Amino acid sequence: MTQVNAPDAGPVDYQEVQAREDFQELRRTHRSFVFPMTAFFLIWYIAFVIVAAFFPDVMAIPVWGNINLGLVLGLAQFVTTFVITGLYVWFSNSKMDPKSSAIRIELEARGAGLPEEDKH
Amino acid sequence: MNSLINASITDAGLTPLATAAAEAGSDVGSPLANISIFLVFVGVTLFFVIRASKNTSTAADYYAGGRSFSGTQNGTAIAGDYLSAASFLGIVGAIAIYGYDGFLYSIGFLVAWLIALLLVAELMRNTGKFTMADVLSFRLRQQPVRIAAAISTLAVCLFYLLAQMAGAGALVALLLGIESGIGQSLIIAVVGSLMIFYVFIGGMKGTTWVQIIKATLLIAGSAVMTVWVLALYGFNFSELLGAAVDNTGEEALLEPGLQYGADLFTKLDFMSLGIALVLGTAALPHVLIRFYTVPTAKDARKSVVVAIALIGAFYLFTLVLGYGAAALLDTETILAAPGGQNSAAPLLAYELGGTFLLGFIAAVAFATILAVVAGLTITASASFAHDVYAQVIKKGKIDSAGEVKAAKMTVIVVGILAILGGIGAQGQNVAFLVALAFAVAASANLPTILFSLFWKRFTTRGALWSMYGGLGSALLLIAFSPVVWGRDTSFFPEIDLALYPLTNPGLISIPLAFLLGWIGSLTSKVAEDPAKQAEMEIRSLTGVGAEKAADH
Repeated sequence: MTQVNAPDAGPVDYQEVQAREDFQELRRTHRSFVFPMTAFFLIWYIAFVIVAAFFPDVMAIPVWGNINLGLVLGLAQFVTTFVITGLYVWFSNSKMDPKSSAIRIELEARGAGLPEEDKH
Repeated sequence: MNSLINASITDAGLTPLATAAAEAGSDVGSPLANISIFLVFVGVTLFFVIRASKNTSTAADYYAGGRSFSGTQNGTAIAGDYLSAASFLGIVGAIAIYGYDGFLYSIGFLVAWLIALLLVAELMRNTGKFTMADVLSFRLRQQPVRIAAAISTLAVCLFYLLAQMAGAGALVALLLGIESGIGQSLIIAVVGSLMIFYVFIGGMKGTTWVQIIKATLLIAGSAVMTVWVLALYGFNFSELLGAAVDNTGEEALLEPGLQYGADLFTKLDFMSLGIALVLGTAALPHVLIRFYTVPTAKDARKSVVVAIALIGAFYLFTLVLGYGAAALLDTETILAAPGGQNSAAPLLAYELGGTFLLGFIAAVAFATILAVVAGLTITASASFAHDVYAQVIKKGKIDSAGEVKAAKMTVIVVGILAILGGIGAQGQNVAFLVALAFAVAASANLPTILFSLFWKRFTTRGALWSMYGGLGSALLLIAFSPVVWGRDTSFFPEIDLALYPLTNPGLISIPLAFLLGWIGSLTSKVAEDPAKQAEMEIRSLTGVGAEKAADH
């Protein structure tokens, strides 16, 4: 249990980079989008499943013709999935990629590469 | 769930071909059409596999297709991997018979991809090289974590593989009219050998091409059928629903409850299944390994976006096709056909487009099994050869060629096991295995993936407790569930030892695995290396070094 991998002898001190403001900012940006979004869709999905399982009468409320609330809410799950996907792509391209590639380019210029164990 | 894919394996081969429609599925020369169209598929895919084999030499080629696929190609392959026969035949059949409850099932399958998109795909691509274990063992103690991750990978692959191979037997009965046990076993052996050949020579590149072709055919075929069905009802979906209710005489077809609404336990069972689907998908090893076939995290992102678009469209098609089958076919006919409710989609194809469309859909269904089985086999072989053999047994002192050799040997072993398992599982009710695979992935894999990516204080002990606890509790709960004991469909219908009332373990095993990971980490006496944690976090978010991974 005492075996802890030796500190990386590579050209980059990752702990120092981790503590830097630009990396902290990148990490914060990422988490402040993906965590709330995940919480939102999980709660929305689980609420939908609970209503379907325990309150089927709610789902049977007619909306238009033979189309009932259950079908509308079910299709709304598809719609939110597509919308969240679109939002995430927009978020990644505009908010994440510029920040992450700046750090990546800098570190790779300093010679950061694959971890030691992966070099066969 | 039990009703999805091969719920009626037990019926297949026993039910006499009583009805005209059922005969249509097996007589009237259409088995010949089915086989010929399937042979065309085999011919085309063989061409791609052999072409792919010509530039497959290194481990990165063999496991990850040289990381040469584009996001769109990989996304299509993911859809091909994911839309198994359970999705296609199972969901159309479930909607045709149980209406809304079948649709509910497809929603979980789609929503699940948001976990992959938001939390898993890019970070895994940036951090790992070939397998899930690469990521999980990155900053923890290599050996024990790698072994645990490999065990859970192999378990998920095995369950999924067995279900697919047994499903192949049922499909044969349905589509080719082969009813004898020996005939079905022979077909399982042929499908299995073909798959071994594909994966052996084509590696990940060959497998990916098989999946791309299959996904294209499946989605195109169901799109044509969807437009066809809608056209019959003047593109008025409400009218189609009305016709489905009129034809089946089942008022409740449009509401939840026909399948899962019986009592509290069936409702909880459905919730458990829904949660296992949503949390398990992004942790399925054969899905995770696909993220390594693209050059960058950005391509991994695009892969998931394309996959979500294709999978979402496909499940919308199944909604139309399921209600279309309910509107156009006789429920009795569907249930009496060999394959039971799984025959709804092929029978609908015959109703619409006669022998040719049935042949096409039948061939696609076969291709589906072949492609999914190939994807699982390459995943299992990568996990064994890379994680167990190269990293643990050989301690990383093995060259790329040696690893490929080990992977190819594993393919043969896994393939033979799959064939034997598939033959042995014939006539058994193995439908629960697909749900179990998702539940194990959600319990044993997902907590450790998320903790190691997002929680600094996560430790080796947390990972081991979570993985073994998740896997063990899922298996234990299933062992004492109605799947095994006390129901007509159980292995031991006469004895009731079902201490756990549900057929899906996820409701208990998933929270338990998260809890174990947390407690295990908090009680750890040994801290993990903070430098490794920093490195992993920076790599996962920026992709430092990841793009060079293809170089060797």
